[in-house]
Amino acid sequence: MNLFAQIIAVSRFALLTIPQRLGSSITTVIGIAGVVAVMIGVLSIGKGFKQTMEAGGDPSVAMIMRAGADSEMMSGLSRETTRIIADSEGIATNSRGVVSSAELFVIINLAKLNTGTDANVPLRGVEPMAFDVRSHFEIVEGRAFQWGTNEIIVGAKAALEFADLQIGSSIQMGANRWQVVGIFTDNGGISESEIWTDAAVLQPAYQRGDSFQAVYLKLKSPDQFQAFSDRLTQNPQLDVKVIRQVDYYAEQSGQLATLIKVLGIVIALLMSVGAVFGAINTMYTAVSNRTREIATLRALGFTSIPIMASVLIESICLALLGGSIGALITYLAMDGYQAATLNFTTFSQVAFAFAIDGKLVLGGMILAISIGTFGGFLPAFYASRVPIAAALRES
Amino acid sequence: MKYLSFIFTNLGRKKIRSSLTFLSIMIAFILYGLLGAVQAALSQGVDVAGADRLVVRHKVSIIQLLPISYTQRISQIEGVDLVTHFVWFGGIYQDPKNFFPQMPVEPESFLDMYPEFTLPANQVEKWKETRTGAIVGRKSADRFGWKIGDRVPIQATIWPKVDGSRNWEFDVVGIYDSDKKGTDLTQFFFRYDYFDETRSRGSGLIGWYVVRVGDPDRAVEVASTIDETFANSPYETKAETEGAFVQAFAKQMGNITAIVIAIMGAVFFTILLVAGNTMGQSVRERIVELGVMKAIGFTDKKVLAIVLSESITLSTLAGGLGLLLSWILVQGMSDSLSGIFPVFYLPSSSIVWGAGFTLLLGFIAGAIPAFQAKQLRIADALRR
Repeated sequence: MNLFAQIIAVSRFALLTIPQRLGSSITTVIGIAGVVAVMIGVLSIGKGFKQTMEAGGDPSVAMIMRAGADSEMMSGLSRETTRIIADSEGIATNSRGVVSSAELFVIINLAKLNTGTDANVPLRGVEPMAFDVRSHFEIVEGRAFQWGTNEIIVGAKAALEFADLQIGSSIQMGANRWQVVGIFTDNGGISESEIWTDAAVLQPAYQRGDSFQAVYLKLKSPDQFQAFSDRLTQNPQLDVKVIRQVDYYAEQSGQLATLIKVLGIVIALLMSVGAVFGAINTMYTAVSNRTREIATLRALGFTSIPIMASVLIESICLALLGGSIGALITYLAMDGYQAATLNFTTFSQVAFAFAIDGKLVLGGMILAISIGTFGGFLPAFYASRVPIAAALRES
Repeated sequence: MKYLSFIFTNLGRKKIRSSLTFLSIMIAFILYGLLGAVQAALSQGVDVAGADRLVVRHKVSIIQLLPISYTQRISQIEGVDLVTHFVWFGGIYQDPKNFFPQMPVEPESFLDMYPEFTLPANQVEKWKETRTGAIVGRKSADRFGWKIGDRVPIQATIWPKVDGSRNWEFDVVGIYDSDKKGTDLTQFFFRYDYFDETRSRGSGLIGWYVVRVGDPDRAVEVASTIDETFANSPYETKAETEGAFVQAFAKQMGNITAIVIAIMGAVFFTILLVAGNTMGQSVRERIVELGVMKAIGFTDKKVLAIVLSESITLSTLAGGLGLLLSWILVQGMSDSLSGIFPVFYLPSSSIVWGAGFTLLLGFIAGAIPAFQAKQLRIADALRR
């Protein structure tokens, strides 16, 4: 019998006898399921956040802010500046003119629906071209606001997360009430956490005079970005920075996404160590239950390799089963789960959904297999060293 | 007590198995400690918020400014002891990654408002003499290697200077500390008068007020009086206790507590299974022996107690060591994390709860095997 056939024969034997030691095997399976579930669960938070931050991005869209400003929130641009920017060359045009929108970005206090506590909800004042700059923008319910009125439209995710943002309700802002007239989507991106209105109406409400915070514009083509950026930053009339919209959002998601990732991996690794101990325990039990059988096999002439392999294979099979259960449970329970957190760069809320993808599941499976391998290794080695005579004599 | 050596002998019988269980439990409690610290860091300040302090901000949002003239009007309200104000400066020191909060304040009322910040008297004097003077918390001072007398350049992001430049420079005149655990020692405070005359816009406007009330029980009442005072003015306010303000802020980050509880639940469940399984195994292997013990006169209760004590001993020792290690880890990481978590420590409440959990874990893991051992009939046991 060749080695491969030996491995299969012995492993089959090992797997078929699992029901005899069901209790401890189940423990291992559940333990590993727990580790994988926690790992995928925590990482899906970071993943979902990152996806949302990047979803609305378009490489041909550039953002202009005041030089030195880290975010729209900190920036400030005069009407004069926004006009010079809109007059620059390299910006796409359509039937209605230059695709450029000077915008205001502020926050408003609204209650978070699930906690009832105040949250900083982003409120954006836009110009008519804003809808052309964002090619995925779409009103999904109700209608667009009318220019020059106290009407607002609400991102689909914000409507789910914060109070008073249904069509027909209204929010108080200083002396005025603002009516919600529509709900919009933007390819699942960060704008869906925002409230939009006419910039010209928002300026007086926030005592902003005739100033804006950022200009969003669409370039004729994405590869003209560098030339366009140089043109603006070298213009002595302007003191601005130009950044691609995708880079701006990637930068903002960076810190939190990294933090969650590190946290998730650290927790998962620590838990894995515990799970490895559990697996070692289980596999030692398995080996000691099979001591006579293993000794018999060796007496029959089986080498230690198929015996070691059978222990490892059993352990990895248990781990894979655990990993699959863990992944499945997390996927059912957490994928698409809605949450909102604070984006520190803009000091405002981002609503997002937890996201589990193939890569995360694969990572979970790799972790499970590693736990199985590490957990099985020592007992496998021990099994291959069982002294034949003594083991056979044992009752 | 006289059974203690008996318990240890039993635990030492299968050394590998006991050590593995010991290590799994230890790791679970290291995780518990670390997550406790993370949770405390994310809900930072809730514990140290002053019950007698109110935060007063613009009603529509915190980014909108309030006139400094409100200082006078608020201090005239009955029940108000002291008023001070802050502005969010949001500057960058060398690199955006070097984040720490900077705020212009009015030194006298600020220090009066926050007695938990300890600043030597000569440094206080120096601050009052130096217009460009600033005080910084111990943690940030250590992080950037600042000493008293250093000149610190900070790039403005929100507040350009009158001359159009964004380079602000401050003289470090003091380094403050705190005896109160959980106090944020990363903040940088400089003088409002210098700020106000040097900024290019927004003169006379501040970010938010902090108000001390004479009687903490009347805090909510005073808060609503403040809001009523400014109702229907161009700058309406929202006043709330510092605790409520900090808590609402923490909640903005999402339901961290729920996530931490979910993770810890999964961890403890996993460990419970592993430990329970081990205990069960060791009881099954010793059935004959337990039968002998009963035969020579050990009562059912005593056998139950011995098996249970084994599991509780293992769990409390391992868990206690885990808690200790996590405490050491948290102490060690505290400084390197100060950019992300200004306050990073293991709260005493987490330690107390953790100690309780070690007991509980041992109890639950040992309960079934102990009960089985108690029910064991001598004849059945010896027949095996």
